[in-house]
Formats: sequence, C-alpha cells, structure tokens
Amino acid sequence: MSYFSEIFHGIKTLLTGMGVTGKYFLNSRKGAITQQYPDNRDTLKMFDRFRGEVIMPHDVNNEHTCTGCQKCEIACPNGSIEIIWDRGIDEHSGKKKKKIDKFVYHLSLCTMCGLCIDVCPTDAIKWGQNFENSVYDRTQLTRVLNKPGSKLRPGVED
Amino acid sequence: MEDTTVKSNFKSEEYFINMGPQHPATHGVLRLLLTIDGEIIKKVEPDLGYIHRSIEKMCERDSYQQIVHLTDRMDYLSANINNEAVCLCVEKALEMEIPERVKVIRTIIGELTRISSHCLWWGVMGMDVGALTTFFYGFRDRELLNDIFEETCGARLTMNYNVPGGLMFDIHPNFVSRVKEFITHFKTKIPEYDRLLTDNVIFHKRTKGVGVLSREDAISFGASGPVGRGSGYSCDVRKYHPYSALSQVDFNEAIRTEGDTFARYSVRIQEMWESLSIVEQLIDNIPEGDFRIPTKAVIKLPKGEYFQRVETARGELGVYIISTGTKSPYRLKFRSPGFSNLSLLNHIAVGGKIGDLVATMATLDLVIPDIDR
Amino acid sequence: MSSALSITGNIHDWLYGAMPEWAASLVEMVLIALVYLGIFAIAGLFLVLLERRIAAWFQQRLGPNRVGFQGLLQTMADALKLLSKELTGTNRADTFLYNLAPYFVIISSLMALSVFPFTQEFQAFDINIGLFFLIAVSSIGVIGILLGGWGSNNKYALIGAMRSGVQTISYELSVGLSLLTMVLLTGTLQLSQIVEVQKSGWLIVQGHIPAIIAFMIFMISGTAETNRAPFDMVEAESELGAGFHTEYSGMKFAYFFLAEFINMFIICAIATTVFFGAWLSPFGITESIPVLGVFWFMLKTMLLVFLMMWFRWTFPRLRIDQLLTLEWKYLLPMNLMNIVIMAVLVWLNLTIKF
Repeated sequence: MSYFSEIFHGIKTLLTGMGVTGKYFLNSRKGAITQQYPDNRDTLKMFDRFRGEVIMPHDVNNEHTCTGCQKCEIACPNGSIEIIWDRGIDEHSGKKKKKIDKFVYHLSLCTMCGLCIDVCPTDAIKWGQNFENSVYDRTQLTRVLNKPGSKLRPGVED
Repeated sequence: MEDTTVKSNFKSEEYFINMGPQHPATHGVLRLLLTIDGEIIKKVEPDLGYIHRSIEKMCERDSYQQIVHLTDRMDYLSANINNEAVCLCVEKALEMEIPERVKVIRTIIGELTRISSHCLWWGVMGMDVGALTTFFYGFRDRELLNDIFEETCGARLTMNYNVPGGLMFDIHPNFVSRVKEFITHFKTKIPEYDRLLTDNVIFHKRTKGVGVLSREDAISFGASGPVGRGSGYSCDVRKYHPYSALSQVDFNEAIRTEGDTFARYSVRIQEMWESLSIVEQLIDNIPEGDFRIPTKAVIKLPKGEYFQRVETARGELGVYIISTGTKSPYRLKFRSPGFSNLSLLNHIAVGGKIGDLVATMATLDLVIPDIDR
Repeated sequence: MSSALSITGNIHDWLYGAMPEWAASLVEMVLIALVYLGIFAIAGLFLVLLERRIAAWFQQRLGPNRVGFQGLLQTMADALKLLSKELTGTNRADTFLYNLAPYFVIISSLMALSVFPFTQEFQAFDINIGLFFLIAVSSIGVIGILLGGWGSNNKYALIGAMRSGVQTISYELSVGLSLLTMVLLTGTLQLSQIVEVQKSGWLIVQGHIPAIIAFMIFMISGTAETNRAPFDMVEAESELGAGFHTEYSGMKFAYFFLAEFINMFIICAIATTVFFGAWLSPFGITESIPVLGVFWFMLKTMLLVFLMMWFRWTFPRLRIDQLLTLEWKYLLPMNLMNIVIMAVLVWLNLTIKF
C-alpha cells in the first residue's frame, strides 16, 4: 500500500510546487521584479552613498578643495590615483605652497574601496553617482579630475 | 595535473572527462577531472588555480586598512564577514576596545550577508538540480538585501564597510526600517521556498542519501560551516568563539545528522531562519555611540602572531597574521572554508552519477575565488 | 461544408483538370508539403516565443518584448541570426553522421505533423493506422539525437545521446500503452475515426477513471519523449553543458531546437486528438462552423503545451536511474493494469456516452 501512498504523496508535493509558480504566473501582470534598464534611465536614482566613481566637486568659481596632500594617493591600494603637483606662491598668504597640477584618476584600476575618500582631510573628492562607464577605448577611463584652470579654494588648509 | 597520470589509470571501460573550467555547474572556473564509467563517477580530481590572484601575497604589500578591501574579493558572497574577520584580528592585536554600536551593526550586517549568500545558494542549488525558476526567486529576495547594503555602504557586493577600529560610516537612517521590512517579507518567502523545492518529491529523490559524509570524515577533512553541520559535527564558530555581538544573542545551531545532500540543504534553510532571528533580536536595540574609533593613519601591529576566526556563510574563515612590527604583515594566511570543503568532494562523489556530483557540489556551496584566493 | 474548406477541394479539382494525373498529384504533394513546412516554421517559432514569455511570467520577469509587438518577431530575429552564423564542428567528427543528424530529427517531427486532423477534412494524410504511424514516426527522432551525439566526437554529447536512447526506448512503451488503452475504447487507429467516436463525448469523459490515468501517464511519458524538463537528461545544462547538441551551431542547432518544440506540439496534439476530441467544440457549441475546429484544436493543444511548460519551469530534473525507475516500476505496471481496467470497462459497457 505504501507504493500507492508514495505516488499520491509525490503527486501532492508536485502540485504544491506548481501552485507556487502558478500563483506568480497569475500575478505576473502586476509587474516584474526586473528593471527595464535603458528605459528607466530618467527615473533611475542611485542611493546617495552609491560608489560609482571618484569625482572632485568644483564650485562656481572653478575652485576645488584639494590641497595636494597626497594622502589619497598613499591610501589607494591599487595606485588608481596619481597627483602631479608643483609648488607655487599662494596669492593670499604669500607663502610657498603645494598645489596640484593634475589629479589623475584611473577608473580602470579602481576597486571602489573608498579609502581615498575616507582619508581626504578637506573632502576634496567624493563619490559620483555615475555608473555607466563603458567606453570604446580604455584610455578614456583615465581621467583628470580637476578642471582646467581650476584652483584651490582660499582658506582651505589640510 | 599531467595527462599521463590519467592515461596510466585508464581501464577499457572508463573514460575521462573535463568538467570545467567553463561549465555551468562548477560556479566559476573550477576544473574537475572526472574519470567516469558510464554514468558512474570513479574519481574526481579538482584542478585549481584558474582564478588565483595571490591575495595573500598582495596583503604583505598593503597596509592593514588596504587589506580589508582585498578580502571582499575572496568569498564575495560573504564579503562583509570577511572584512570583519580582518578587522577583528587587527583590533585584537592592537587591543582596541570596540564600541557596542559597532559590534551590533557588524553582527546585523554579517547575518544579513549570510541570508543573502544563502538566498543565492538556494537559487543556484535549484538550478543545479534542474528547477530553473528557483534562481529568480532566490535573486528576488537577495536584491532587497543588496539594496539595503547599497544604501548603507554604497556597494552591493564588495562592501568594504568595516575598517580597523569600527565602520567606515554610520548606518543609513533608513537602515532599521528597511531591515524590518525585509524580515517581514522574507518570513513569508522561506515557506514558499519549502513548498517549491524542499518538499518536492523529485528533489527528495535527487538529494536524499546522495553524497553522504560521515561525522568522522567531516572532522578529518576539516569541513566547516553547513557542510560540517549537515554531518552532525557541531562547528559553529558563532557558538564556540562568539565575536562581535554574537554573545548577546540567543540562537540555535542548525545541525542535521544524516550527512547527505539534503541534510546540508536543510541546514542552510534552517540557518536562514536563525539569522533572521539574530537580526530580529538586535535590530531594535542598536546602542548609541561612536561608529568608529580613530586609529593612527599608519597602523603598525606589535610584533607577534595573531589569529581570528569567524563563521562566514560557507564555514570557518581564519585570519592568521604574523607581524614584525611594520605597517604591513610579514605573512597573512586565510584559512578559507571553501578549500577544505572542496577537498572532500572526491570522497563523497565517487560512486554516484554525474547528476549526483552536480547536486553534491551545489550543497558544498563553492565560491571559487575563495578557494583560489 | 464551409467555403474555406472547399478551397482545397477546388484546387484539387482544378489541378486534375489542368494536368495529367501524375503531374497533378505531384504538384499537389509539393503544395501540401509547402503548407506543412509553413505550419512547421510558424508553430516552431511561435512556441519558442511562447515558452520564453511564459517562463518569464513564472519567474516574475517580462521576457522578450522588444522586437515587434510584444516581442512577436523576436524568434524570427533569432532564427535570422542563427542562419547567418558559422557552422562549426569538431576535429575528427564523423562528418556524414554529424551533418545528417539534424535532418533526421526535423523530418520525423514534420512527418508526424502531417496526420493531425486540424479540423474536419483538414488532414493531409488520413491513413487507417494513424495512431500507429504517429508513434512510429515520432520515435525516429531519437536516431537523429543518437547520430548527433555519436558523430560530434564529444563526450558530453555522447553521454547526452546515450541517455536519450535509454529514455526514449523506455518511455516509448508508456506512450504506446497509454494510447492503446484509448484504442480499446475507440476500436480504431484512424485519427478521423477516433474523432468521429468522440462526437458522443470526449474520450477522457467516455473512459472516465482509466482514461484520466492514461492521460496522466501519457503526459508524463510524452514530456519524457520530447526530452523536456523534468526529463531533460539529454541536455541537462548543469550536468552536460548542452548535451547532444553541444557541438552544433547556427542553423543545425536551430533545427534541433525547433524540432524539440514541434515535438512538444505533436505530443500535445496527440493528447488533444485522443483524449480531448481534437477539433470538436465543447458540448458542440460551434458544430455548425467547422472552420472553428482549427481554433478549438489549437486552443486545446496550447493549453496542454502550457501544462508542459508549467512542468518545466517548476520541477527539478530527475536523475537518469530515477527516470528509468519511474518508467519501469511505476508507469509501466500502472499502465498494464489500466489497460485491463479499460478492457473490463468496455466489455461491461460502463463508458459514459451522451
């Protein structure tokens, strides 16, 4: 008799399983769990802490807050950040001071660990929300973060 | 592995097959050299090294803050627990007193990571035995967790949320409410998992009595995590060497004694419930306080050897640091759960069919980057 | 007789009037073959799309919905892509058998398609051993799979092919016996006659309990015959990569792929014809419009196809030895028992007739 009860039990479990998928099939009109990615670009908003890429915010006067202390360069485990710097006379204090020439960021080497942003004493670099990083040539992934002609915001000390 | 060794063992009825490195069931770039007689497996030889990135060697170059992010890339499904292991080890060496808030948050995120890892495993387990729909249901619930992680740490998989001395930043204001939302959602989903797969008669046939691992063998092969506990070997690091806030919570160690594929499966399902209960106990009483103790910019561990073990989703992860007092370790060894769990594959898969091998491998829950490092 | 159906008759008359007899019959054969090829291609492509959409709905996804309205042209685009792809092969493969295999598979399913009574008088080939012919022809396909697996010079393909051989030989029995159970009821093998019998109630109602058991057995073994999940040992992707068609690419792969879906359609069409009254409408509500027969036939078949898809997207796969256990220890004894019950039923005249 266990032969038949086994069969009935088996069929019952199979039907329960079909019930689960069947329920989702009937509710499939309510919408999918997947995203329609390129279509929802306008409404797609990343979380505010999202780690997309490292950016350097500039204000309206084209000024940033990077003093060129190179702490981020040391903190980076992969050498994604290279700071090319120079010494120049500061306009305000008249002292000789370090200033950045180019803040080079290699997105292709970056692992998004966030250590550079963590150590930055002046909050000169931040996480950007951009995640669409595909390019045709990988040299385009090497970026200079400070804009041309930009300078250090007066009063920022590390 | 030279081909000649295989050829010398050849009998006329047996043949040799390469499973992987590109094979859907090996979950990555594991290569298995199978000697098969018809459908019956005679010998399984794992061939590793296809994704070796010498993480341990890179650790000898990096500072202790930098090491943490490398551990994300080992067992990427329990990234946060790996991070925690390194941080705990460094903190132990520095004899730092960690705020209660950090401990609780680390535990909550660790357990959520475990659930997320088990969700993925459940989906893939179903797919390995042929039920393709489980994959999407598992991922659906995992996405909710990943959203929580992304909101809190900014990354979905490689979180790098821990730093020696605490957390990189405080939890997001939405964190508590979102986790509670997830708990209520997920409590309705695990019974559904059971109805869809666990109770299914075909699934029972496929998994019961397959890939049996005895308790003695589990101990002698160094099995840990759900694989060991499925064989009745009580080995939960969270119970025996509680770390972070795990000593404050009350939970049961999921243990089954059968030692077969189904036992390992049930242990993981049970662990999801236990992890949910741990999170539930902690989520309402996250103590106030600092989320980070400032450390020196260059951490130098005192000369000596340090060891810390944690329970990742796959088993016991050990971090062993030898320091000579410089800014980076002299030697850093990870005892990864996947490696010892993989080593017993030959022991339990021989004599089964090809289908059994796939089911057995699915319950070992291998993450190949964790094995190769 | 409705006007739409008399078109075939008109063409027939006109052909025989315009040409000598041998030429007319030749032209007619070619025309019919072309019509069936069309049905084959359209049904195959449509079923692939249906499978993908239904799978998506089971899995809370959307499925292909970009190419054409609701993705209707998706499979067409895929077929075009496959046409343009390179036909690769392995070294030291048995080239002749390797190239021959897809045609075996596709021809067997094409031939099986020809005997179905889609509606009244819309049947290309109404032979008196129709059911027998169907079973015989649909099992030729396995030779194609075996040849493909053997000729590919790939061990995964070989394992897949051998599994397929074992599976088809076993399940062929159940398919045959469950249909035989129904033949006891109809007393004929001719498909048009079987439909005729069902005018006094579909066979699943006429034969009640044994007919329902036979239907269940037929659906299980039919799923196994077409190598679909949960019986997709042949191409168990988590075990064998792609099984017997691992080494096939481009259009040769597409032939295997289309044939799989057409076989599914055939199995469901057999079930419709034998158990659910083919083109007969429920309670004869559209008896006066025979063209609607095509609609009813397709509707019933599609419902059964949906059932098979539901199986596929819910159940885990069986292991090869369990597959054989299921057949030899469960389905076959039940089937034999069922035949006896049916025979007693027919003998004692316990069938339900309206």
